[in-house]
Amino acid sequence: MSLGPVTLGHYLTIGAILFALSVIGIFLNRKNLIVLLMAIELMLLAVNLNFVAFSHYLDPKVSDPMAGQVFVFFILTVAAAESAIGLAILVVLFRTRSTIAVEELDTLKG
Amino acid sequence: MSQITALFYLFSAVLLFAAFRVITAKSPVAAALYLVLAFFSAACVWALLRAEFLAIALVLVYVGAVMVLFLFVVMMLDIDVTALRAGFWRHFPVAALVGVIIALEMAAVLLPGFSLTSAPATDAAALRMGNTKLLGIEVYTHYLYPLQIAAVLLLVAIIAAIALTLRARKDSKHLDPSVQVRVTKAERLRIVQLAPQRDAVRPTDTDVAPVGDRR
Repeated sequence: MSLGPVTLGHYLTIGAILFALSVIGIFLNRKNLIVLLMAIELMLLAVNLNFVAFSHYLDPKVSDPMAGQVFVFFILTVAAAESAIGLAILVVLFRTRSTIAVEELDTLKG
Repeated sequence: MSQITALFYLFSAVLLFAAFRVITAKSPVAAALYLVLAFFSAACVWALLRAEFLAIALVLVYVGAVMVLFLFVVMMLDIDVTALRAGFWRHFPVAALVGVIIALEMAAVLLPGFSLTSAPATDAAALRMGNTKLLGIEVYTHYLYPLQIAAVLLLVAIIAAIALTLRARKDSKHLDPSVQVRVTKAERLRIVQLAPQRDAVRPTDTDVAPVGDRR
């Protein structure tokens, strides 16, 4: 990989590395629910980076380049709602169980 | 190496370093703060891609709202971090193998596959309008119904978060005004007819007169 001009592939590769890092994070922090939520946020960020990069390099004569940014807009909305409800569930969980360790949540195991 | 290339590598390096620290940080507070750094660097990368509005929105919405929410929750809960980190590095070899394979495979496909060096020229009218106005035109014309659905989704999220965490305190002494104004006399006041237990004693002179005045 040369340090030449930045191509679309460079941006997509950064997104891919970010996604792989969050996969590793989910492997490592499989007990800690808060860091799991943060890893999911990083995954969404990687996906959004891909959308923005594609919309920048899209030819306006072929298709509408702003559509990618509109999609990122909606993903940000959904991600904000997801993290708010996720953290609310986390607070309720901590109130009832006094722990957020994932392995303690085995009430349904039977 | 042009300026944009240098900035791209700088911001990407900071972004990937911050992401790595998010998943390996010892305390959740440090992880949240590194996540702020990651979002900020990502916003810088987006600004390089001429998505100015989204870059600012990422900083305002994520760093300003979502990450503060994360920090609040992290500090509110009394978490035993050492217990949660037991066996942290046990699965690291497998995780690193999977992650490196994912990254290498995607890089092998993406780097040669998308070798566009320069973005196609945007027309002069779009350049004059600017990114924010273009995005606003798109959102409020073609994507008006999705925008309204997103607004309803946010409302649902607000109500859900409040409904989940709101709890009626058992020990609070609050009053219900509607019950208070509908109260009747019979609920508050009970008149009992008590029969006298013994006859009243008629007071004698010695009882009435003080001891010092008897002589």
